[in-house]
Amino acid sequence: MKKRGFADLFFLLLVVYLVLPVIATMLYAFASNWNKTILPEGLTFKWLATLFQDAEFIQAFGRSVLLSSGAVMIALLVIVPAIFVIVLYFPKYEKWIQMAVVMVYSFPGIILAVGLIRVYSKFGVPMILVVLGAYVVGILPYIYQGTRNSLRNVDARQLLDAAQLLGASKLQAFTKILLPTVYPGLFAGALLSFSVLFGEFVLINLVVGSRFETVQIYLMKKLSTSGHIASAVVFIYIVLMGLLTFVIARLTKQSKGATNL
Amino acid sequence: MIVLISKRQTVAWLSPFLVLVLLFFLVPLLYMLITSFQNSDGFTLAQYQSVLTNDYILQGFKNSITLSVISAVIALIVTLFSVYAIMRFSQPVREKILILTNLTSNFSGIPLAFAFIVLLGNSGLFTLLFDKWGISALSSFSLYSWGGLLLIYIYFQLPLALMLLYPIYDGIQQQWKEAAALLGASTWQFWMKIGIPIMLPGIVGTFSVLFANAMGAYASAYALTSSNYNLVAIRIGSLIKGDIFAQPELASAIAVILAVTMVTAMLLSEWSISKTRRKL
Repeated sequence: MKKRGFADLFFLLLVVYLVLPVIATMLYAFASNWNKTILPEGLTFKWLATLFQDAEFIQAFGRSVLLSSGAVMIALLVIVPAIFVIVLYFPKYEKWIQMAVVMVYSFPGIILAVGLIRVYSKFGVPMILVVLGAYVVGILPYIYQGTRNSLRNVDARQLLDAAQLLGASKLQAFTKILLPTVYPGLFAGALLSFSVLFGEFVLINLVVGSRFETVQIYLMKKLSTSGHIASAVVFIYIVLMGLLTFVIARLTKQSKGATNL
Repeated sequence: MIVLISKRQTVAWLSPFLVLVLLFFLVPLLYMLITSFQNSDGFTLAQYQSVLTNDYILQGFKNSITLSVISAVIALIVTLFSVYAIMRFSQPVREKILILTNLTSNFSGIPLAFAFIVLLGNSGLFTLLFDKWGISALSSFSLYSWGGLLLIYIYFQLPLALMLLYPIYDGIQQQWKEAAALLGASTWQFWMKIGIPIMLPGIVGTFSVLFANAMGAYASAYALTSSNYNLVAIRIGSLIKGDIFAQPELASAIAVILAVTMVTAMLLSEWSISKTRRKL
């Protein structure tokens, strides 16, 4: 069992490495003074309180939520029907969607930013709309994954046919039969997309800049001015991401459970 | 197929999606490609010439590639052993570990850079600790340099590597191990002759995803070193953002070369995957 110990050592290293920065930052958010000592000199809620009294932060938070959830909404309205149509009626074209998914996933924001600025900066289009559009396309991989997995689980094609043979209209079949069955997977994909967009910095910073200050841009600004405020921001960010991850995990389990029925 | 939908319905459902992909993905990328070959006189290769003869930009590429390869290799090795350890846990424990990893996979960019500043920055937790212990070799470690970037890159590679390797590892079935053991193979022999060769295409694929992931990373390096450390992504960023010195044509050329680098890595992994498959 020597090898087991060896692998466990790596696993321990992995866990410590991944968890330590998270814990340290959370601790720092509550540290009253922590400049010369190894552990904080005292604990306080001062930084969080200051942060929540800062109108600039509240607004930045609002903008982040608005932008990310707006992009997710549009993606749900536009991308999901398209995936439905292709998967259900034109399965042979699905490889094109898959190709788009791979491309969108592998092209980083820094490359896309160059193109977006080149194309749209001279048209006078509000650049925030350009970022919004890029966000919608950017979350295609997560939305596709969520939708596709659920569709695969329920054999949607037959379900839809059965419903329509029993007299349901196409709309009824979609909204009453198909949508409820794929809902958990879809919702998990939407939340995942939201959390990815909430942490996005490259496009918003390069394409729009400080004209639309999101949480990430606010954090970047605070990095050089106040470490404590910055850590309070990161603390809130971690808590939010933790909640989202937890809900996503529950939903994914739920949608997997549906197959066992 | 029993129930069909009309052509009009198909168009109505598909076109908004296609328009979005066209407007916010394909057109910008295509336009960037065209821009990279353009200047005021029309078609030119001048941008590419200046990229390939500019030592500073070439150094940026070299730094990015080194950082990406090393961080990907380290993350791969750590996760390969870790997945092995995780597989021995019970199902519920495994699921909890994966949720935790998922959580940390969201921890990247600016927040991540900040977390490392808390740990290893000028007055960071470990910097002080090492100072107190009198290990000056470690307390003088500069986070705002290559070493610091490497630590951060490894951090965001780990969860991704784990998530990609886990299903590949899951494919190794217990029966194979038992069969191999019954036939007299040691655990070591099983992994060397059966396990690793089966997983190899997946490992190569994972490596190329990690490589591309690191090549395109911008936020954490920017947050840590502003624009001081020379990486390709940082170079592109400063070339398009600088209001006075913005050189979009040059930025486009660098971005195209970066894209080509990443696509090449992907193709190489495809090629090696198909090659290993044939051998098996």
